[in-house]
Amino acid sequence: MQHTSDAAAHAHPDTSKIIWRTFWILLCITVVEIALAFLHIETGFPGKMLLNGIFVILTFAKAFLIVAEFMHLRHELKNMVMTIAVPMMIFIWFIIAFLWDGSSYKNLRDTHNGQLKRMPAPTEQHSAGQSGEHH
Amino acid sequence: MSTAVTVPGRKYWAGGKSPFDVNYGKLMMWYFLMSDAFTFGAFLISYGTIRFSSTSWPDPNHVFDAFPVLGSGLPLVFVSLMTFILIFSSVTMVLAVQAGHRMERKKVMFYMFLTILGGLAFLGCQAWEWTHLRGEGAWWGMIPTEGHAGEKFRNVDGSVPGTNFTNYFFTITGFHGFHVFSGVVINIIMLIMTWKGVFHRRGHYEMIEKAGLYWHFVDLVWVFVFTCFYLL
Repeated sequence: MQHTSDAAAHAHPDTSKIIWRTFWILLCITVVEIALAFLHIETGFPGKMLLNGIFVILTFAKAFLIVAEFMHLRHELKNMVMTIAVPMMIFIWFIIAFLWDGSSYKNLRDTHNGQLKRMPAPTEQHSAGQSGEHH
Repeated sequence: MSTAVTVPGRKYWAGGKSPFDVNYGKLMMWYFLMSDAFTFGAFLISYGTIRFSSTSWPDPNHVFDAFPVLGSGLPLVFVSLMTFILIFSSVTMVLAVQAGHRMERKKVMFYMFLTILGGLAFLGCQAWEWTHLRGEGAWWGMIPTEGHAGEKFRNVDGSVPGTNFTNYFFTITGFHGFHVFSGVVINIIMLIMTWKGVFHRRGHYEMIEKAGLYWHFVDLVWVFVFTCFYLL
């Protein structure tokens, strides 16, 4: 019984307008992402790092819209929003720490490989290098 | 059930009956989805870590360039279609929830039907893509290294790729596809219950809202999968 009045309070007449607007924004963002990807393939214009940065920002924009409007979280009480949003903040550490770790592993790997190349090599490799120089 | 009391114009709980102004089931669905977000997050961050630690990686625009009937050489087109299908099915889901607020049983059924169709279309697309990649020799623990497919999966720097790429791709899109599948099953159950008039007799369509939250979460995860595997 309680629910009927509760539901009626939530049903604003213009919510479907907001939903369709959200849909069009999501669609536009996706089209822009794909257009930028094609632009990069054809001309190489937005450099790979810049392009990836734009993609990540647009992805979070889409995620925000889905959670806020489709899942209706923006219209819930702030206490409840915070019980969900605050634990999500661990992702800030999670992403930075692990990607940092990954790239540091890559550096180690690259340095190690580089040192291997620069190391005084066994005779046959050394002669191979010499022949390369004379080539 | 006495917890759902609307207090208009209040932002923070100041004691009393209704801390969050939502019912138990819906709140628990939110917390379940939060835990699921950590699972997907851990998968995607693990993928990112391995990719960051690799000297080179295959180019998604070369790997995912096929479209049914039209053939190959079309990067991003098929996955764009999949993205569109999922976003659109999210919209029909919201429309079903709104119809539920207005107690319009027929409309709820209509929009739930469209949402289920969207989910099945997405699963069909994924099945086609997996079959296509499997046909090229990509699978868990396998990555094509020879012939035309070998060219497509070649690392950006020209070296031969390891199987990290395929392992992560099939694990994460597979886990997401399993969520889509469960979502379709849940939506079918909701459609049958609506058809039987269960929610109408109950006096509210809150179950549709809970199923809707799950369905939007599936769409949300796809946004990240799309970026991580096809764009970056």
